[in-house]
Amino acid sequence: MVDITKAFPGVVANDRVTFEVRRGEVHALLGENGAGKTTLMNILYGLYQADSGEIYLYGKRVRIRSPRDAIRHKIGMVHQHFKLVPRHTVAENVVLGLEGSPFLNPARSVERRIVELGERYGLKVDPKAYIWQLSAGEQQRVEIIKALVRGADILILDEPTSVLTPQEAEELFKILRRMVEEGHSVIFITHKLDEVMAVADRVTVMRRGKVVATLPTAGVDKPTLAKMMVGREVVFRLQKAVCRRGSEALVVEDLWTLSDRGLPALKGVSFSVCRGEILGIAGVAGNGQRELVEVITGLRRATRGRVVVLGEEVTNRDPRRIADKGVAHIPEERLRMGIVPEMSVAENLILKKHHRPPFCRGFFLDLRAVRRFAETAIEEYGIMTPSAQTPAKLLSGGNIQRLILARELSGEPALVIAAHPTYGLDVGATEQIRQILLRQRERGAAILLISEDLEELVSLADRIAVIFEGEIMGEVVPEEASLEEIGLMMAGEKRGVRA
Amino acid sequence: MKRVGPFVFERRLAPTRTAILGYSLLAILAALAIMSVIFWAYGVSPIKAYSVIGRTTLGTRFGLMEILRRTIPLLLCGVGLVIAFRAKFWNIGAEGQLLAGAVAATWVALFSGIPAPWKIPAMFVLGFAAGALWGIIPALLKVKLQVNDVISTLMMNYIMIYIVDWLIHGPWKGPTMRGFAYTDIFPKDAWLPTLPLSRVHWPTLVIGVAAAILAVLILNRTRLGYEIRVVGESEGAARYAGINFLRVSLAVMILSGGLAGLAGVGEVAGIHHRLLSPTQVSMGYGYTAIIVAWLARGSPGVAIVTSLFFGLIFAAGDVIKTVLRMPFQVTGVLNGLILFFLIGVEPLMHWRVRLFPKGERWTGKAGSSGS
Amino acid sequence: MDWQSWLIGIVGRALAFGTPLLWGTLGEIYAERAGVVNLGVEGMMVLGAFSAFAVAQSTGHPGLGILVAALVGGGAALIHAFLTVTLRANQYVSGLALTMFGLGLAGLLGRGWEGIPLRQPLPSVTVPGLSKIPLLGPMLFEDQSILTYTGLVLAVVLWLLLYRTRWGIVLRSVGESPATADALGVNVFLVRYLAVILGGVLAGVAGGYLSVEYRPSWTEGMTAGMGWIVIALTIFAGWDPLQAIWGSLFFGALYHLSYRLQAWLPPELLKLMPYAFAILVLAIAGLSGRRRGAPGALGVPYTRGEK
Repeated sequence: MVDITKAFPGVVANDRVTFEVRRGEVHALLGENGAGKTTLMNILYGLYQADSGEIYLYGKRVRIRSPRDAIRHKIGMVHQHFKLVPRHTVAENVVLGLEGSPFLNPARSVERRIVELGERYGLKVDPKAYIWQLSAGEQQRVEIIKALVRGADILILDEPTSVLTPQEAEELFKILRRMVEEGHSVIFITHKLDEVMAVADRVTVMRRGKVVATLPTAGVDKPTLAKMMVGREVVFRLQKAVCRRGSEALVVEDLWTLSDRGLPALKGVSFSVCRGEILGIAGVAGNGQRELVEVITGLRRATRGRVVVLGEEVTNRDPRRIADKGVAHIPEERLRMGIVPEMSVAENLILKKHHRPPFCRGFFLDLRAVRRFAETAIEEYGIMTPSAQTPAKLLSGGNIQRLILARELSGEPALVIAAHPTYGLDVGATEQIRQILLRQRERGAAILLISEDLEELVSLADRIAVIFEGEIMGEVVPEEASLEEIGLMMAGEKRGVRA
Repeated sequence: MKRVGPFVFERRLAPTRTAILGYSLLAILAALAIMSVIFWAYGVSPIKAYSVIGRTTLGTRFGLMEILRRTIPLLLCGVGLVIAFRAKFWNIGAEGQLLAGAVAATWVALFSGIPAPWKIPAMFVLGFAAGALWGIIPALLKVKLQVNDVISTLMMNYIMIYIVDWLIHGPWKGPTMRGFAYTDIFPKDAWLPTLPLSRVHWPTLVIGVAAAILAVLILNRTRLGYEIRVVGESEGAARYAGINFLRVSLAVMILSGGLAGLAGVGEVAGIHHRLLSPTQVSMGYGYTAIIVAWLARGSPGVAIVTSLFFGLIFAAGDVIKTVLRMPFQVTGVLNGLILFFLIGVEPLMHWRVRLFPKGERWTGKAGSSGS
Repeated sequence: MDWQSWLIGIVGRALAFGTPLLWGTLGEIYAERAGVVNLGVEGMMVLGAFSAFAVAQSTGHPGLGILVAALVGGGAALIHAFLTVTLRANQYVSGLALTMFGLGLAGLLGRGWEGIPLRQPLPSVTVPGLSKIPLLGPMLFEDQSILTYTGLVLAVVLWLLLYRTRWGIVLRSVGESPATADALGVNVFLVRYLAVILGGVLAGVAGGYLSVEYRPSWTEGMTAGMGWIVIALTIFAGWDPLQAIWGSLFFGALYHLSYRLQAWLPPELLKLMPYAFAILVLAIAGLSGRRRGAPGALGVPYTRGEK
């Protein structure tokens, strides 16, 4: 790919990027969130068109106008957010739009091929299973099979380990090695340095839409790569004060609940969080974290068990009552839950407290109080916005999160539920938010931190509980546990609770 | 970002006000252009048609009064629908809610025995209540049973139409009406006063304008309005914020249905002075009000203007029927066309066109963001 | 009247009146399976009804009328498809506009055609042999329309197409998750266009049936809200063509009953039965969680690259 440039309103995603992959290699595309890696690969796969630049395959110039072209050129892509139809079977997903499949009963015809490929590359999966029944790791295998069935020579993987346990990631790397031995080329998008060192032959580092460097991984070390990725020295450890534990703020006892599909999502979860401490919940996405947060904040019914906040039972109370007790909820889905995108920054800042003074007096809103609060919050949290009237959707991800924090943390909440608070944010925002959480901890708030980023949990949390398939596998103290141990728990190995 | 020849199309993040106004006008003009074709196909010269319409409706006092009286129900229903649409409640049932109000007013006028000075206020109060009641049922169905609001409100229209049909053919059939399916004429103390030499029943008009102002206040300055807007903009955020969907939906439909009910009271007590067949009471006001509200883009204040515009179209329809001898359905076609073009130009509002000097290499710098 | 004749009458008439409902519902099922809601069914049906009548009356060939009705319905659906798929406009409003436009246009063009009986309606058929079976014979095989039988066959064919063929997987995937289909090279726009147009074609035929066979004449608004019942039926049938058969039969029987019972109850109140039942039916569907079966991306315009 030569001199690729692509701009979106307000941002240049790719700025004269030149990128090449050799046959039979694993090439990592490294950069932090927003560096432009996914955009570049989306161009290669035909989902976007570059504004300028050319693509050459095996020396010949090609035009890739749509995924269909990409597939015809034997390029396959496994997206970070899987593109699968949950309600259909594996076979139906694999055979969708497949050239050469028969008109009648196409799904059945492809079943054998799926099993074949599974054996050859170690990607075992049941062709007749429905996607929603599969784990994330299995779904990923379906995605890879989809690409292989179409004869992909070049395989693009976008952040593939974001949904895998450490062990599953190892499995994936083995699969990739096997593919490369068979002559395929693999492009591997990631922001994790460990993975680059573990599996890639060469790495291209991108930052803010430009290529910083392309080098073989053999001769380079992590701090160098990190510096290239971020542009400055990266501090890997945060300063954390000693934990001063207070009274219990949150107690969860034998909690059971159902997922959207009616299957048990939480199976007897119990833990507690005291004031002044951070309890981290580690686990691969989809193991009940979302449901846990929703039950605690009143957005989902518990079928059994109790939730006690500040000594008062709040199981199955409505969310407003729980929030009024001093529970802050920083939601996982910023855009869909955390803000109202069309409304202004000021209006978003009063979202959950709009029904109480000082913002509301009787029927009417006190617009002056709203404005005053907005001005204070914008300054205190450094929310970068043209004005308090700007629609929230125009803010960047980091600023949206700052908005949410400003809102949730005003009023000194006793309990803070933070779900993936730094997901998808740039380094500056990430650091700021982690500092904010630590400050809340020092102030005496109890924090429940759910995150997929083990590094984050290890550096922020006082204790870490690991959740797997709706159960707590064990609890550890970060200083004493190894990443391997936590990884095992994430994959289902039970350990006792350690004080 | 797309390049077509020397033009560059950039995606805007939010449409500017001039873009909205400009493209909306463009849509209306496009619809009128197609109307010209229809006129021409009917053997009527479009220029003649438009000039006759213009002269009769805008050029005479009676014409202007007729526009005004057509505007009244459109304004009331329109304001109600603006509120409903802000909550993303697709109330297609204004027609039925209007009829419900008309039925209530008829009952007060003919059968209730309420003494004279209280009759008119009672008509308005009960008319509002009847419309509100007719609107609450779909709201409950939507919140409790996930019944699609478009279908339920629509079905309620048909149900109400047949109820009115039954009333005027059956129990409420006016014995003085010689076999025609009407109720008796209302007693004089149930007639709404009108402006001299016109059919404009001004109390309802005043209520309509007041409703528009109130709606603006409610939406922007009250807690209810805030919650309505959150529910409409983001269901996820509304749930997260603990907003009670049932309360908001009920409030919205009480207001929306009630206002439509008031429109029904106005029609029956101000214009016809009796209950007629459903299609004579409401000539599609409820459905047209949908376009009134859509064009107003969420602002009850703008609805005053848009309802006047469609009042003009209705009045024009009368002229078309009597002077140009074309069927009244022409207005239905025009309304449909306007709506088509309005939603058709909507995506255009999000793009900006710029002339790109030839020869200059694309530098990759994006244009200024947003409005 | 003995119960046998009564039963034969009901089922027979239910089949007859369920036919336009079946055709309409099958079409809307396909459109919605592709992810596009088309509220313009009422408009497409009434345009189909008028064009079928006009053509049949002028040419004397009712079959030609049905054919034209299909084309007209498809053409009207094309407008909706263009607005919702290419321009990504709000699907609900576009459909409503189509209905308003269709009803207005049909009323406009239909002036002068009203009240005249069709000189050559579509003849009904009696299946030889099968109609001799006691009870079932006269119920199902006597004096029915070709379109009724064609409709039933069509339902089976469309079911097979949907669940057992390549095209079916493509269609269903486009409706569940267009991003997935797009990423695999499926032309989402084309699939949606075709599905919506098919919906229009079938709705046009449904309307044509009304004016050319069931009640061979033209009256303004003769579809009387049937298009809306179709939309309710689509949900009630769980977007499944075979279930649509039972749904349309049920409503066909309802319509017939509302005529039969006029001897005992006021006719106007009976006429509101189908509409009240439509609401009831949706309420039941809501209770039983049937709504969960809706295609995942129903009602959402698709833009590539938008998350």
